Amino acid sequence: MIEPRILEVRTKILKKNDELARAMREEFQRLGVLVVNFVSSPGTGKTALLQETMRRLVEAKISVAAVVGDLETDNDAKRLAQSGAPVRQIMTHGMCHLEADMVQQHIADWNVGELEFLFIENVGNLVCPSSWDLGESIRVALLSVTEGEDKPLKYPNLFNTSDIAVITKMDLADVCEFDRQTALDNLFAVRPGIHVIETSAKKGTGITEWIDYLQQMRARLISE
Amino acid sequence: MHELSIAHSIIEVAKNHLVGFPNCEVRSIRLKIGALSCVHRDALHFSFDLIAADTPLQGAQLIIDDLPVVVFCPSCDALRELPGIQRFVCPVCDTRTGDIRQGKELEIDSIEVVDQEDSHQRPSALEVGPEKNQCQRVSRHSKPSSI
Repeated sequence: MIEPRILEVRTKILKKNDELARAMREEFQRLGVLVVNFVSSPGTGKTALLQETMRRLVEAKISVAAVVGDLETDNDAKRLAQSGAPVRQIMTHGMCHLEADMVQQHIADWNVGELEFLFIENVGNLVCPSSWDLGESIRVALLSVTEGEDKPLKYPNLFNTSDIAVITKMDLADVCEFDRQTALDNLFAVRPGIHVIETSAKKGTGITEWIDYLQQMRARLISE
Repeated sequence: MHELSIAHSIIEVAKNHLVGFPNCEVRSIRLKIGALSCVHRDALHFSFDLIAADTPLQGAQLIIDDLPVVVFCPSCDALRELPGIQRFVCPVCDTRTGDIRQGKELEIDSIEVVDQEDSHQRPSALEVGPEKNQCQRVSRHSKPSSI
């Protein structure tokens, strides 16, 4: 008679990625580099926020770099490179998220120790990127006023795994009849106590507050 | 469609665990999937069957144990299961809490195997060789998740 046996495994499915990401995070921390992973749906304004962030940091003589994930095209990388900072495109060719080894390979020949900030612009997607740790210290979820206030309820996991939420395109809030309180209530429902910053990359609204937040997080990282 | 990447990782992890058991046939793989892990069951089954073809895991069944979100409520000083993933409030006292204790799992719990000798005709006692290639029995049943 056939007798099946049970082998206990009890292992995380994404163990390989998790272990690499943990090692990368430890190395980034040792080098004093604050790594920020930007996640949102396509068209929320990740590139616009990053463009303005990098422009201001470069102007302040702060050393930054970025890697940008996209299914196809290097359009976003070209926009970010206008800041003068090193930028590298990761073309995923259909893959819906970035994984830790992709980031590792694309920054392999950079002297990461010279950087103060490394930004990772993930593939525009509200589901898939949330499962993959990229070795970041901060995961920022973006929500634009044009998307609807209920995005956090529709995609709770993305907001739940993020450290901070940035509301973008606030200059369009009135035109879109954006209900700010409902959006905040929804964010707090899926991620109680999440830090929220309201911005407009186009008008410069909230960017100083956002950059102050990044500086504080880096100061905390290097004091640890 | 990140389920394709997850299916690929399941096969990698499972293959590593089966290295010492070359003569075993894999019947099923039991997974623990938390409600917050964003995995679509059908997409995962579809991806797994696709990728498992022509590997030692071909034909293995994926058994998925869904785990609900469990949070710690500081007001009740107790663990509470949430009915969904959209409101992180204690279902008993309505206190907001983001202290997640279960629900993010994305794990292989166990693998069910049979010795290939068993599944065909068992050789006579005289022909039975050393048992080093037979599957070790670790436990008959996977333990239920404890909260």
